Amino acid sequence: MPPVPVTVYSPDSSLHNPLLMLRDMFRDLLAGRELAWRLAVRDINAQYRQSILGILWAFVGPVTSTATWLFLSGAGIINVGKTELPYPIYVLTGTMIWSIFTEALNAPLNQTRSASGMLAKLNFPREAVIISGIYQILFNAAIKVVLLLVSLLVVGINPGWGLLLFPLGILSLLLVGTSLGLLITPVGMLYSDVGRAVAVLLQFLMYVSPVIFPLPKSGWALTLFKLNPLTPLIATTRDWLTGFPPADLGTFLAVNGVALLLLLIAWLAYRLSMPIIIERMSA
Amino acid sequence: MSDTLIKVEGVSKKFCRSLKRSLWYGMQDLGSELLGQRHSRNDQLRLNEFWAVKDVSFELKRGECLGLIGCNGAGKSTLLRMLNGLIKPDSGRIEMRGKIGALIALGAGFNPILSGRENIYVNASIIGLGKREIDKKIDEIIDFAELSEFIDMPVQNYSSGMQVRLGFAVASSLNPDILLLDEVMAVGDMNFAIKCFNRMDRLIKNTAVIFVSHSMPQVSRIASDVLLMERGAALVQGKGVAEGIDAYYGMVDAIPNFALEGAVSIETIAINGEPYVKQPIVVRRLEDLRISCRLQVAPEHRRVSLYLAFYNIEQTNVAEFLEDEPTAIVNRSGNVKVTVTIPRVNFSKGTYSLVVGINDLDTGHILMRIQSAAFFQVIGKRAVWSSFQLEGRLEQLP
Repeated sequence: MPPVPVTVYSPDSSLHNPLLMLRDMFRDLLAGRELAWRLAVRDINAQYRQSILGILWAFVGPVTSTATWLFLSGAGIINVGKTELPYPIYVLTGTMIWSIFTEALNAPLNQTRSASGMLAKLNFPREAVIISGIYQILFNAAIKVVLLLVSLLVVGINPGWGLLLFPLGILSLLLVGTSLGLLITPVGMLYSDVGRAVAVLLQFLMYVSPVIFPLPKSGWALTLFKLNPLTPLIATTRDWLTGFPPADLGTFLAVNGVALLLLLIAWLAYRLSMPIIIERMSA
Repeated sequence: MSDTLIKVEGVSKKFCRSLKRSLWYGMQDLGSELLGQRHSRNDQLRLNEFWAVKDVSFELKRGECLGLIGCNGAGKSTLLRMLNGLIKPDSGRIEMRGKIGALIALGAGFNPILSGRENIYVNASIIGLGKREIDKKIDEIIDFAELSEFIDMPVQNYSSGMQVRLGFAVASSLNPDILLLDEVMAVGDMNFAIKCFNRMDRLIKNTAVIFVSHSMPQVSRIASDVLLMERGAALVQGKGVAEGIDAYYGMVDAIPNFALEGAVSIETIAINGEPYVKQPIVVRRLEDLRISCRLQVAPEHRRVSLYLAFYNIEQTNVAEFLEDEPTAIVNRSGNVKVTVTIPRVNFSKGTYSLVVGINDLDTGHILMRIQSAAFFQVIGKRAVWSSFQLEGRLEQLP
């Protein structure tokens, strides 16, 4: 007979036994893989089954906002600095990349919220909820990337070998977005203020990232852009997609390294906080 | 096999009455949890907090079933959620050995737009089945739920009974060591309920079961142990399932409610000579049941009749005392005393309430009908499903 698994529940924080906790974390991650896949398939299916345009909606958002910015700059209402790429492509890639990041940032809290009924009633690897969110973002991202590639082809830009590294850019956006999103989830589950604040902050953040406006040449605006850790991520990802050599690979890697550490911390916090959050939500 | 699978030692849990404060305490707990010091200050209540579960201990071996009973809000579900690992105890310790299965929220995680089949895969993954296992079991699940015709239809078009059937079929396809059941038997129609019971009986043999229910007949049928909770604390516990159920029935608050009042009022009701005040009066099975009433009747009603009805704890009318030719009760002074004797009462063990009705014999009008005029508790040896346990003789023929 295989050894019987013994589970102990006590008021002590699991941090008292970090090794056991780490083992449990990775065990649950493994155990939750398949469930995560099921949940993702379920949500994607359900999302598109009640819709005629279906997948098209995934890029309606970025395309319309691209159109808006093209109109604003074309009509001379705003003055965008010079970009090396044709401006339409610059905006389209920017908004697409940005939307992947914001989705990743919002996913942990949204996923946990919508699964709260299940979480309060059933015991299953909580990691599955987060992973399922990542799967869904990857699915949406894949659709967006196809659109991007098609539009690059139409304009006649050859990404070259950099394209092979482009998925890395997407993954790093996902990594940074998920780790930040996961970090705010415990408090966000208790107080709705967090979700609102994030929405406001993201709006502001977009204007200090090279999404719509290129990097300023000088001045305090440049400093702001440089301080923003998202700048190297977005710039590098776009460079790989459009065949430019990445300008600042060092910072790109550093940001990813920090994000990886952050993800581990956020994951730990998420796990520890789950019983407390469930206790405060009703059954 | 008689190994101990569940060990609960002095477990307590506090809850907060105010939402704002509850969230703030949540933040505090979050902080101390992340600093690794959750166990501090755990024996004190903060403002607005109360003990939802207080110092509960028990052990359960394989093959045993604990009937967890008590009124609403007694802490049963909270205890169950702690056992399921959903929330942490505030003090004490819970040790669970083996795979845990829970039939608690049937159909949680169903997506209404997806078909039954798709939802089986999702639901089964949630409770921990792998794809191959589900593939192997899916036909059996569909079969058990009796949904083969509808399995590819979206779940939102299922009736609520069908959804619960599907939920039960999935949830019970697991072979756990420990099984947690919360009020699951109240599902589906009669046929399905019987199927559920048969499956439960099979599951229970090799598991340690915790069974939460308000249906005492079910508890007495399944449970080998009992834990009666009141305000978070264990009131009765141990092997005496019958005592536990008796104590639970005894807890029923008996306040008569006046349904239709006319020209008659009841002064007192006594059962077997004992005036009814508020606590159910204890009656032994197969004794005579003597119900006496003192009534005030308005002088214009000269001849009245009386009938009685008996309700069980689920508020179902189970018996009536009604004469084919009503005996006239003559009203001379406005004060009327009557006694009804029912010989060798064969109600089964449990609590019953009494409805008293008075009619005017001449006009045929109903003058009064009082719901829950009195309660009495029948003490018997065995717990029985139905309200009557008939007397009879069994003889073996040569």
